[in-house]
Amino acid sequence: MSEINAAVTGGSISADVSGRYIAREHHPEQGTLLGFWLYLMSDCLLFASLFATYAVLGRNYAGGPTGAELFDLSLIAINTGFLLLSSITFGFAMISAQAKNLAKTQLWLVVTGILGLAFLSLEIYEFQHLIHEGAGPQRSGFLTSFFALVGTHGLHVLFGVVWLVTLFVQLAKHGITPENFRRLACLSLFWHFLDLVWIFVFTFVYLMGVLP
Amino acid sequence: MSDHHHDHDHGHGHGSNYEVHYSAKDYAVGFVLSLVLTAIPFWLVMNATLAPDTTRWVILGFAAVQLVVQMIYFLHLSTKSEAGWNMMALILTIVLLVIVMSGSIWVMHHMNENMMPGMGPTNTHEMT
Amino acid sequence: MQDSFDLTKLIFGRLGWDSIPFHEPILIATFAGVIVGGLALFGLITYFRLWGTLWRDWITSIDHKKIGIMYMILGIIMLLRGFADALMMRAQQALAFGDNAGFLPPHHYDQVFTAHGVIMIFFVAMPFVTGLMNYVVPLQIGARDVAFPFLNNFSFWMTTMGAVLVMASLFVGEFARTGWLAYPPLSGIMASPGVGVDYYIWSLQIAGVGTLLSGVNLIVTIIKMRAPGMDLMKMPVFVWTSLCTNILIVVTFPILTAVLAMLGMDRLFDTAFFTNDRGGNAMMYVNLIWIWGHPEVYILVLPAFGIFSEVVSTFCGKRLFGYTSMVYATCVIMVLSYLVWLHHFFTMGSGASVNAFFGITTMIISIPTGAKIFNWLFTMYRGKIRFELPMMWTVSFMLTFTIGGMTGVMLAIPAADFVLHNSLFLIAHFHNVIIGGVVFGIFAGINYWFPKAFGYKLDKFWGTISFWMWSIGFWVAFTPPYILGFMGYTRRTSHFEDTSVQWLFQISFLGTLMVAAGIGAMLMQFYVSFRDRNTARLRDFTGDPWDGRTLEWSTSSPPPDYNFAFTPVVHDNDTFADMKKNGYQRPLRDFVAIHMPKNTWAGFVVSVLACGVGFGIIWHMWALVAVAFIAMMAAIIIHTFNYKRDYYIPAEEVIRTEEARTRMLESHV
Repeated sequence: MSEINAAVTGGSISADVSGRYIAREHHPEQGTLLGFWLYLMSDCLLFASLFATYAVLGRNYAGGPTGAELFDLSLIAINTGFLLLSSITFGFAMISAQAKNLAKTQLWLVVTGILGLAFLSLEIYEFQHLIHEGAGPQRSGFLTSFFALVGTHGLHVLFGVVWLVTLFVQLAKHGITPENFRRLACLSLFWHFLDLVWIFVFTFVYLMGVLP
Repeated sequence: MSDHHHDHDHGHGHGSNYEVHYSAKDYAVGFVLSLVLTAIPFWLVMNATLAPDTTRWVILGFAAVQLVVQMIYFLHLSTKSEAGWNMMALILTIVLLVIVMSGSIWVMHHMNENMMPGMGPTNTHEMT
Repeated sequence: MQDSFDLTKLIFGRLGWDSIPFHEPILIATFAGVIVGGLALFGLITYFRLWGTLWRDWITSIDHKKIGIMYMILGIIMLLRGFADALMMRAQQALAFGDNAGFLPPHHYDQVFTAHGVIMIFFVAMPFVTGLMNYVVPLQIGARDVAFPFLNNFSFWMTTMGAVLVMASLFVGEFARTGWLAYPPLSGIMASPGVGVDYYIWSLQIAGVGTLLSGVNLIVTIIKMRAPGMDLMKMPVFVWTSLCTNILIVVTFPILTAVLAMLGMDRLFDTAFFTNDRGGNAMMYVNLIWIWGHPEVYILVLPAFGIFSEVVSTFCGKRLFGYTSMVYATCVIMVLSYLVWLHHFFTMGSGASVNAFFGITTMIISIPTGAKIFNWLFTMYRGKIRFELPMMWTVSFMLTFTIGGMTGVMLAIPAADFVLHNSLFLIAHFHNVIIGGVVFGIFAGINYWFPKAFGYKLDKFWGTISFWMWSIGFWVAFTPPYILGFMGYTRRTSHFEDTSVQWLFQISFLGTLMVAAGIGAMLMQFYVSFRDRNTARLRDFTGDPWDGRTLEWSTSSPPPDYNFAFTPVVHDNDTFADMKKNGYQRPLRDFVAIHMPKNTWAGFVVSVLACGVGFGIIWHMWALVAVAFIAMMAAIIIHTFNYKRDYYIPAEEVIRTEEARTRMLESHV
């Protein structure tokens, strides 16, 4: 990586001395993946604030409906399935990209995107149903913090889908270049991270929410 | 710190010279484990098998395990990712997350007890 | 039910002619001044045909040096605005006793103290600190730029757009009247239905995105882009403090984003986060915002500590005493800062056990800072101290900040805090540590690194006047509040009854005038330095005006775009001192082409659009929100389609630049 050379000829002592202190060719390491990981850590803390708020406000029903009365666990189970499946389909996209197979990469991306949209559709359906029942985000502290936490996660999934579509087009345009592979790796981290957060959403909000 | 390198870099990193190797086996194992670790908590709650408080701790435990599973098999997290910086960042984040969550719960619980006594969910559920 | 589609409402929301404060003479006069000044500036730029240069060399620049300078300019402009607020408050408090109501009615006074706090923290201290870190860190680690140069540009413009929104609130609408942290329920939609709190929320959300991304940027820069041989424990201390500061930024700012978003949702969508009814809990806001707020003050002060470490070792001609313990102290402060937040609301009622825990942790966190002070003192001991301006600011810091820190330990005792919370004692304490610590550190940093950035030193005469005016003026201004706080006087009060204490407020006003003179002297210092920049007294020919010890002093002043023709190799701490000691000569030939990032329009454009989204949400101009948001997303996506973001500086140009420097050095031996 760094070959240390004397840059001054003549006067051998000073040449060696100065040569110790400079590198002929130096290329700094690629920082994108570390940077993206750090951004994900910051996102973790954003979700932590929302989880903390839900922890504090989550039993403030204000005389309104409770989690046990509202949550349809089978629906959530299906949605969890969609998201989990989309995690491995994205994984397959990464494997295909690693093998430089553009068509397969794009195929798995499409499947992932569809599963992501399925997740979002079910979630929107759930939200609409709750609002229709009078259990909207204005009803109580519990419902406010519920919609904020689950809704923020959903917004992240939406951004992920938009990014996925953009990347699909960029792959079509430029193929699996090192730059595009790096972008895929970042989206992969993002997508898996969303599944990770969902583990705690379904555990903390839905499952614990129906317990007395 | 900056001396370790895998191969001769020309330009700002390129090619598939990342430390991560994506394998179908990792994803398959991760998927199956996650499925199981999800199904059991759902089953426990939907069938009210255990007492509520016990259930809470059990499913939290399952969530923690699934977190680790997905970190390893999906995120390919290891002490070697980015020369250990990923792991360090994660540990710091988790520590702070625990502080924010437990700190807030502790503080707000006492706050509510002292400043709004007698307003717990059990005696306010009839209120609007 | 009538369903009329009101186009005017969609476009203009609640913005109207009555949003402009025609009935407030001070504001209209200021507005007129800004318009005249702005037009003059625009006129000058057009006359000298500088728009192209401005766009190419500054607005779209991804060079960390240019961006650093722009941050400093932003900080100076906002310092003048924030200080104007301070002058008004002090004047009001000196006058308004008994029958005299002063000149600021309460609803106006409340906006002034809110704006003062918001501006000083977010748009003066943060930009100054970020600007210095941006400028110096890549140079100190031997790098050519930061890890993500485009993001750096974007971060700067987002911060600036936040400032633009705050400034806009002066002339269109009003600002928040809630204090700089905008506690609900006062900041909720019922008690503050106007646009003020919305201006507050959106300017901070936009600036916050900039700060968060800049945090990620600098961490990756420090971890990944250090010169070969620079292990972590060979980094300059300023780089260590920058690393810890940016880690704090990354883990702290998302909490601010979340809590402001929740407040925004309460105001816009009538949710029940912090409401009095429907199961909201306003205390949760206070809890969350201080989980952000306490690390924030360490984000401000840690870089200042780093600056002092550099300055002390340079101007004492010695290696810093206790490098390892300095590093550990910084890391300990970083972690502990997350364990003390409740001391900001001991009185809110969480009880004795909770208060005791946080009181103890608060006292513990003062220890590593104390260790740092001792290390600086031990560095000075037996050193050849040169009292240049940076060193003078450092000594003033040591005296001022230490006392402020001690009053902090007093406040850390919950029982004492029950008397002193939200009193003028508290005001005196935090101004003591912020001015003594952060502001003096920034001034030390400005005087220290100005020659590197511009090629000439700052004038010592006017700098000394500024120094004494600030140092003495601070104590004259803030000793009375310490006394008054003990007597029970509360903060944020615009009128008093007991005329027997008026003299204390008047002394405080006198002190503020002295600080004003200090600021005036500083502006004079800039002018005189610019005027005399080519004289032997001020010009920096060698790039090393202070006999510096770290790598930035090995470059020319100002450095070339590429910073280093060849990446340095590091063998020891105080790298440049080590190089000089061993007879290092800079390379004179065999230069190669250098790989550099290109400029970008996207940072500026996306930020302006984000500002549009913010302004639209504030005024309920939903058409603007929709259009600006879509345009913003489009701009971001279009930017990602740009794959050609770099270029090479040809070897011939590097040769020319380096040879010019060689000639300069030879003619000024």
